Amino acid sequence: MKFKSQKIAYHFFALSMLLLVLQIVYGFILGFAHMGYDVLHELIPFNTAVTTHKNLLVVWILSGFMGAAYYIIPDEADNELYSVPLAKLQFWSFALVGVVAVAGFHVGWWEGRKFLEIPRPLDWLVALNVILFLVIILMTLIKGRKSSTTSWVLTMGLVFAALLYLPGMIYFDNISVDSFFRWWVVHLWVEGVWELIMGGILAYLLIKITGVDREVIEKWLYVVVGLTFISGILGTGHHYYYTGGPKYWLMVGGIFSAMEPLAFLGMTVFALQMYRKGNKKHPNKLALYWTLNTAIVSFLGAGLLGLAHTLPQVNMYTHGTLVTAMHGHLAFWGAYASLVLAIISYAMPQLTGRKIFDNRVGHLAFWCANIGMIGMTASFAAAGVAQVYLERIAGFDFMTAAIEIQPHFVVLVLAASLFTVGILFFISNFLKFGGPTDELEAGENEFEALKTA
Amino acid sequence: MLSKLQAKVFFLGGTFLFLAIFIGMSIHSLTVGIPEQMNAKDLNEKVILGKQLWDKHNCMGCHTLMGEGAYYAPELTRVYSRKGPDYIKAVLTDPNGWGPRGRKMVKYDMTAEEVEGLIAFFEWMNRADLNGFPPEPSLKQ
Repeated sequence: MKFKSQKIAYHFFALSMLLLVLQIVYGFILGFAHMGYDVLHELIPFNTAVTTHKNLLVVWILSGFMGAAYYIIPDEADNELYSVPLAKLQFWSFALVGVVAVAGFHVGWWEGRKFLEIPRPLDWLVALNVILFLVIILMTLIKGRKSSTTSWVLTMGLVFAALLYLPGMIYFDNISVDSFFRWWVVHLWVEGVWELIMGGILAYLLIKITGVDREVIEKWLYVVVGLTFISGILGTGHHYYYTGGPKYWLMVGGIFSAMEPLAFLGMTVFALQMYRKGNKKHPNKLALYWTLNTAIVSFLGAGLLGLAHTLPQVNMYTHGTLVTAMHGHLAFWGAYASLVLAIISYAMPQLTGRKIFDNRVGHLAFWCANIGMIGMTASFAAAGVAQVYLERIAGFDFMTAAIEIQPHFVVLVLAASLFTVGILFFISNFLKFGGPTDELEAGENEFEALKTA
Repeated sequence: MLSKLQAKVFFLGGTFLFLAIFIGMSIHSLTVGIPEQMNAKDLNEKVILGKQLWDKHNCMGCHTLMGEGAYYAPELTRVYSRKGPDYIKAVLTDPNGWGPRGRKMVKYDMTAEEVEGLIAFFEWMNRADLNGFPPEPSLKQ
């Protein structure tokens, strides 16, 4: 790493790993409940487990984004972070709010709004925390010796993600209006500004790993994020088809949702082209694998599987079924989870000075986690399609269909076990790195500094 | 070949144009479309109490409503016409906690007023125009 203050990223990455493990634990509780073994019902009922599972996902991904920003921004701005003590304060308050929120879910302290269950008093603390984070990032950029498109795209993504949290904090008596604004937050996050963050981090990784000229990468970064917003903003319409919105959303949402895979395809082509153009062979193979995985699997999960059920005629039947869970799992895995694992894989050797970037455990982590997640996606697909047929076409009641599809959850849990093995391998590598060091290296000679002996 | 400046114009221009269209459509939806289709004029105290209970108990954490939720318990958009108010009341007031065919629901100690609120909420929901959702099963005899 070039600057000592980048070390703060380590804390966020470690928190991400811890929360990811917890998220997986709650995922197993859900999987077993769907199989008919809701044995923890009295202690952790399904709605508590599902809320915890989803919010842990959001928090560990956000923690990864924050860590990425603390690592990337000083490097791009060519300056130390604005304030390390403030960054530490931001970290501990972020972790504290996360712990209180998760504990609160277990005693019914929540709002009961999918993905935005954090109760209002904690929402304000989240807002304060994010403001502090943004002040640190923006001040680092302003005081920096350099300015880059990559760092500004990443920062703008973070700023707009914070602003978009606000509509989710307004209360409405009309549940349709409530849902309308909830999707302003959730959809415009994951299919909008989070893709800015994704584009920024991906561009940074490609610049570092492939060695392709920054100007070329940043030009295509603009095109890709442009495609994201052109399709993604009006693509929000696919959430308004059947939730009380006017009929025109069926046409507008349908057309623009069909265009959304283009942005992800752009991201894939962009990454693969830059990799092919690259004239340097970076020794950090694991970071390269995870980076390309982000580009490819996000297209499959978010792009293609999204397209598979956002056409209004199809969505009429698949909306509100496990088909959504199929799309959701591979989309989050490809676009955001893989991205956080990519930046961790890239940054950890630099933060700790330990050259763990092409070992067997790391490759096993990559393949087990990916194959496991594809197995989970296939299980959700089988369960979802069967559910659609039994419930929406044949007219069986919900529980009849739910019992019929239980075997798919056995396969899901088996695939999830393989996925968990992959994640545990990844974490074992993470622990092998140890804590961050004070030694500064890399800088302009990063390739040389990282070369294995 | 596209220059970096042209790429930037494409990004900023496209984003602002489609954002403006989206905001225009949102204003129309929120002021005209949704109030009409959801019968907003019928939102009375009981219905609002039902909605608040829906949030408070995180019903969406198991059920779906308008197709939104967690896919672990039945879709409730049309539960009022499908099952009727007496059935809903029986579910909400089951002294042992509702548990059809092994799938357990959290036991709630609701007051009569709260039960009425939730029933009113489902009755209001039942009348919403959701553009054809949920679909009628085509093979149902």
